This record gives sequence, structure tokens and C-alpha cells, in this order.
Amino acid sequence: MAKGDPGAPARGRRAAPRSRKATTGDPELVQLLTPSGERIESVTGPDGTEYRVDFTDEEYRGLYRDLVLVRKLDAEATALQRQGELGIWASLLGQEAAQVGSGRALRTQDMAFPTYREHGVLYCRGIDPIMPLGLFRGVDQGGWDPNEFKFNMYTIVIGAQTLHATGYAMGVAMDGKTGTDDGEAVIAYFGDGATSQGDVNEAFVWAGVFNSPLVFFCQNNQYAISEPLERQTRIPLYRRAAGFGFPGIRVDGNDVLATYAVTRHALDNARHGQGPSLIEAYTYRMGAHTTSDDPTRYRIASEVEAWQAKDPIARMKAFLEREKIADAGFFGEVDEQARREAVDLRERVLAMPNPDPDTMFDHVYPNGSPLLDEQRAQFSRYLESFEGSAH
Amino acid sequence: MSRIKEFNLPDLGEGLTEGEILAWLVKVGDTIELNQPIVEVETAKAAVEIPAKWAGQVQAIFHPEGSTVEVGTPIIAIDTEPGAGPVEQSTTGAPATDLPTPSAASLAAVEVAPTEGAVEPGLIGGPAPGGRTAVLVGYGPRTTAAKRRPRKGAAPAASAPAAVPAAPVQHSPVPVVPAPVQPPPPAVNGNGRSSGPVLAKPPVRKLAKDLGVDLSTLTGSGPSGSITREDVQRAAAPAATEPLTVTSPVSSAASFGADREQRIPVKGVRKLTAENMSRSAFTAPHVTEFLTVDVTRAMKALDRLRGRREWRDVRVSPLLLVAKAVLLAVRRHPMVNSSWAGDEIVVKEYVNLGIAAATERGLIVPNIKDAGRLTLRELADAMTDLVQTAKAGRTSPADMSGGTLTITNVGVFGVDTGTPILPPGESAILAFGAVREQPWVHKGKVKPRLVTTLGLSFDHRIVDGELGSKFLRDVGDFLADPEAALLAWT
Repeated sequence: MAKGDPGAPARGRRAAPRSRKATTGDPELVQLLTPSGERIESVTGPDGTEYRVDFTDEEYRGLYRDLVLVRKLDAEATALQRQGELGIWASLLGQEAAQVGSGRALRTQDMAFPTYREHGVLYCRGIDPIMPLGLFRGVDQGGWDPNEFKFNMYTIVIGAQTLHATGYAMGVAMDGKTGTDDGEAVIAYFGDGATSQGDVNEAFVWAGVFNSPLVFFCQNNQYAISEPLERQTRIPLYRRAAGFGFPGIRVDGNDVLATYAVTRHALDNARHGQGPSLIEAYTYRMGAHTTSDDPTRYRIASEVEAWQAKDPIARMKAFLEREKIADAGFFGEVDEQARREAVDLRERVLAMPNPDPDTMFDHVYPNGSPLLDEQRAQFSRYLESFEGSAH
Repeated sequence: MSRIKEFNLPDLGEGLTEGEILAWLVKVGDTIELNQPIVEVETAKAAVEIPAKWAGQVQAIFHPEGSTVEVGTPIIAIDTEPGAGPVEQSTTGAPATDLPTPSAASLAAVEVAPTEGAVEPGLIGGPAPGGRTAVLVGYGPRTTAAKRRPRKGAAPAASAPAAVPAAPVQHSPVPVVPAPVQPPPPAVNGNGRSSGPVLAKPPVRKLAKDLGVDLSTLTGSGPSGSITREDVQRAAAPAATEPLTVTSPVSSAASFGADREQRIPVKGVRKLTAENMSRSAFTAPHVTEFLTVDVTRAMKALDRLRGRREWRDVRVSPLLLVAKAVLLAVRRHPMVNSSWAGDEIVVKEYVNLGIAAATERGLIVPNIKDAGRLTLRELADAMTDLVQTAKAGRTSPADMSGGTLTITNVGVFGVDTGTPILPPGESAILAFGAVREQPWVHKGKVKPRLVTTLGLSFDHRIVDGELGSKFLRDVGDFLADPEAALLAWT
């Protein structure tokens, strides 16, 4: 599926699916595809907005392909960390639909601010998936040009990127780039844990007060490392938006169609100058927080099993099969493509050159500085003090 | 590139230095695929499976299960072209033995840790304060020296501290010079200075003076090469014992030294048990009460239960009745099933019933989740399952976490009762002693009856004597006459 604007042509050929209302103030969530793969034609949100998607068969298959590829590449990165090839890896397992759904809803001109787990959004932005692996292998700083792909660098500090996004969105508004169908919108990714950070709350205040073209996209994966959601909030997270004066909505984050529809609507509101909104994509982190973490120490197996039944890929596959949009040949071909891309990713990661240690001084100041030059010289002397040093 | 590849234990989590091999999932001769799980390793942070880095055939496994391996050490050799004929013996040695040694080349690649303080703290490459290194996401690593290549001019052995001075920023004209060939001076401090005052804290100096130890003759093992209390005591020890061995007539016959002592490294379950027990014993004020009960009727009830057709294949033990008694008593006294959380008490509406089990790996306390909702039959099945899983060593961390109340069945060891220590976070634990035939006054006459003693420890911050006593009394009442208690309470 191509980046950009897949949602345009309506075909309306699915037979009489159900329609239902998402009522105000209840924890119910916008869902267009049930865990068993049943399609819901449309959902009316609390403010009367009707959420629906009208994809072609080709686009449905494209979304499925995205989900499978993103999961496979993520699994390969996890394996590479276990084999000592990456320092650390934050797996997105279980959150594929939240990332692909929102990532595909972005238009070319929209700017995204990720955390360190948005490998799926990065993929949708057309960035080579090897880029973040360089960062976690410690051989470069990430490698992609944020302006070229409209996807900022990974941010490790929890929640800091929401402020960067707010400032950027305020700039977009000041440049007069909102208010039309082709206006620009900004999206900031963060997790449930980040909602307790001061930065995120400040971003809410500023974006709200300045009516910034910004979508706050919270992937509520239920755990801030080991801290469960009930230690994070007393109300559903999406309802926090009301206190800051903008709309909030909860979507099934394991449903790629609903996530697409809700994000698309929020982005369009932003680009038309209607201000910010908060999306709580309700999902679950199936793996560890990072490869340094052991989730069996703080959550029980039955909880993980319950979420296994809501798997984003399985429900999409069930839907494609039921509606005869895809056959076994297609699924086999996608799996084979995923396998090939994983092997390719592995080979390219292992071939990544180690940078010269003193290149770390190269990008600090554009024209260097005397203090930096002194540090560089001192570092060179230090390296030379080792046996077998090429320096 | 060689077709036999050796896989070194990687740093699995930001700054770890070692891992324990929990289980090998493959054996020598197995054909394995890329990314197939080959070994389970437990580090200070997590137990994880490591996927194979190459497809091929397992040629050798270098460390047995249960061993602790340093990061960077080869753990397995894989023949990446098993179809290509026999391997030259020079590469890895005979693969027939169970635990061969890795190739010399791999071992040489294991880098040697420098003495802490070889680099001035705060300089690039030097340790951060406290020896810790900053990490990106997750928990901080333990305080351990980082692995580095040996410094130029340093003595080859890992024990010798590097004598190369790291040029300080402000006084940089000092060039990097190799260390002199003469024997190194006794005390080399962390800044690379080989002379000057001996580093030792005042109490250590006092100790040295009292014991008659000359500090300048010692090599310090503390931070920056400073001399520690242990260094002084070690230096003083031989001198102090010498006259004793000469005068004591016994000493020639029996030694009370290290040769007759066994040293067992504290790790794994033992380490965890020790930490939990100490933490619990010194944070929760324990009170223990005892109650001796005539359980003759209960044992007869168990026999009748065993005789029923639908219970034929079920393991029915006295412990089952004790568990049921506890679960029913908790319903009547919910505060017993609670947890002290600093500024609040968390009273749980569910009971995750822990059963202490002695296994080959040591004491573990798996629990039955939401045991209060189970029927007696379900409870019996869950207990059988729990014990079998524990005996087989397959109890998962999830099975052991989240317990709310525990029973320890010390009776199986033939003792009457005990004063159990609370598992951390729980406020009551019941010890169930042996059931013995004893003289007992029954209906006005002394008769041989089946009698047991219950011991209940509780957290006195939450549970007062009255509540603890009522709870224990109810457990006892149930065990004295289960049928009547069931009729009265449920």
C-alpha cells in the first residue's frame, strides 16, 4: 500500500454490517474490526462523528502486509539483540495495528514525533527499517533525515517529544499552513506512562491554548515498564483531554481499521485549524518493555493470554479470509516476503561498519570549538594508550 | 572464515557482566535453524532465551547448566556447514566430550577488566561516580568494572593494575610512557601514582596500628588502591595464629581452617530466599500463635471423600482440608488477606493461596490464583498440579508472584509446628504440623486421638491479636469438625 491517501474511493460492497454507537463517557472504544475478524460498518463517536473506512481490496491486503512485515522485522531485531548484535531493543509486539493504522493515516506533509518504539510508524513513513538498528547497535545516531521523511528522531526521554511536537505544531500554525484541505498536521506519539510526565501535561496545555494542529497519539499498552495502568490514572486516559479543553477518544489499538479512521479524522481536524485532540489507542505490549526487562516478574500469564486472543494480525487475517479478499497464496507470499526482508535486515546489520570513535565529535558544533578540539585530542591519546590500538 | 563458529555470551541487558545457564535447549549433534532458541540464560535482570545466531549443527557446549558465565565467554560452537565433511581437529578439539574447552583464539578475545581507577574518574572512558554507567531505557546495571582491552605498558596478568598515567586535561604535556621494567612498587594508587602517601581511612589506620601492621607493605584492594579493613586483617592473621599453633597440643591433630570448610556460593533460589526472609523478618513485626486441634473427625471425612467414586482419581491430602479451612476463614476475616503498602493497607478480595514447597532447587512458594473461587475438587486438582510442577522444577515466576496468603506444611517433615516467616507482602502464614495419634480428652475420657498443631504468624501492623486469634480459631474449628463448619458458615 502506497504512502499517502489510501482512503478515498468508496466501494461500499460489504453486505449489511452492524452499526452501533460509542456512547459518551464510557470506556467503550471505537472498533471497526472485532477480535474474531468481524467487520463493523461504522461507529458514531461521542461527539457525533461517524468513523468508517472504505478501502479497496488491494488496500486491505496492503494493511495486512504492513502488519506482518513490521512484526517480523521487529522479531528479527529482538533476536539480533539476544545474539549480542544490538545493545538494546524496544519491541513493538502487539502494537502493530496502532502504529500501522496511525502511520498510514498520515499524509505526506504531516510531521510525526516518535518515542523509541515507533518502528511501525517509521516503516509507514518509507524509512529503511535498518535505520533504528544502527542507533541501537551504537554505530550511528539513527541515520534518517527527519525533514526528508517528516519523521523526527527517536526520543528516549519519556514524553519530551510531545513538547517538541507542540512547538513544531505552533510553528506550522504561525506559518499559515493550516486551514485548508491540504493543510499540515503534526502527530506526537507517547505511551500511558508518559501521561504522568510534566512534559506531556505542559504540551497538552500549550497545544490546547494555542489551538495547535496536533494529534496526541497515546498507545496505552497497559504498562510503564512494570507499572500497571491503575498506578498511572484513576480515569480512562482519553478523558484527560477534556480537562485541557480538547476532545479525546479511545480506539481499539489492536484494530488497524478503527485506528486508521480515528487518526485520519483527528489529523484532518488539525489540518483544518480545528485544534488538537487526544487519541488513546487501547492496546497491549505483548513482549518485554525492552530486552533488558522480564515481564513475567510483574504480570500474570492469563492476562497475556487474554490479549493474545485480541491479536491485531489474526483478526485482520480472519477478516480477509472470511470476505475472500485474500487466499492462502497471498498469505504465503507475504510470509515469504517477510522472511526475505528479515534475512536482508540481518545481513545488512551485521555488515554495518563501526564508526571511527572520534566521529562522535563531528556533529556537536557545525564549525567545531576549541574546547571540543581539546577533548578530541585527549580522547585520541586515551585510545592510543590501549594495546593493539590502530590509533 | 572458519566454518565452526563459537558464540559468546552477549551482554543481554545494558551493562551486565555475567549470566547463569539455566537450561540448554539443544545438545551436541543437533541440527539447528537460524533464530532457534538454544539456551535459557538468567541474568540479574531477566531470564531469557537466546536464539541461534547461525544455522548448522551443534559441535560443542562449553558450560553445563547451572554454571555462571562471564559476558564475552564462548558458550557454544556451531558447525555452519555440517554437510561439508569432517572438521579438522585443530579447530575445536574432539567434539565427543561433553564439556570441551573453547578455542584459544576465542578465549584470548575475552577482554580483561582493568583495575577500577586505572582511568581518572570523570575523564572520557572513566567510570562514572560509583562505577555505574548511564543506560538508555530500563534499570541501571550493577556496580561492576567495565570490560576493556589491556592498557599499553600494563603487566600482562589481569591482577596487575595499569600503571599508565592518563594525562589530565590541564597538565597535558606529560607524554604517555610505558611502565618501568623494574618490579612494581608495592602500593599503586588509582591515579597511577606509584609513590606518595598510603591511602587508608583513619579507622583502618588505627586498626593497623593496633595489630602492628605496616601499611606501606600492603597492596590496597579498595577504591583507588586504598587499603581496606580486610587487607589489614588479612596481613595480621598469620602473625596472630602463629604462636597458637606452636603452643596448642590440639592443633596438630585437628585443624579448624579453610581446608575443613565448604564454601557454597549464594545464588539462585537460595539468594532470593535469603533476601525475602531477611526483608520480611526485619520489616514486618511478626507474632506467632499456636492452636492444637483434634482432627480425628476431619481425617474420617477425608476417608469418606476418598471413597466416593467421583473423587477416585484425585489426590486427597490433609493439606487440602487445611487450605479449605484457610479460604473459608479468610471470608470471615478478610483483613487477614491483606498487604502493608506504607501509607495504606491493601485488602484483597481474591486469595492467591501460596503453598511452600521444598524442591531440589530450594524453597519455593508457588500460589494458586483466586483459590477462593475454586470448588474443593478444583482446589485439589490445582494443588496436585502445583506440587508436580514444583517438583519438576517448572514453576514459572508468574506462578510464584502475587501470593496473598501462604500455608507451609512442615508436618511432612515430622515436626509439630514452627514460627513461619511471612512471605514479603503477605500478612499471614499458617504452619501445618504433623498429624499424630496422641492421648486427648474426648467426651470426658482420655482417648487416643489424631491431633495436630497449627502455627499462625501474622503481620502485627495489620492484624491485631484479636483478629489473628479469631482467624486461627476458625481454621481450627473447621479442622475439628469440617461438616459442621461448612453448614454453619456457607
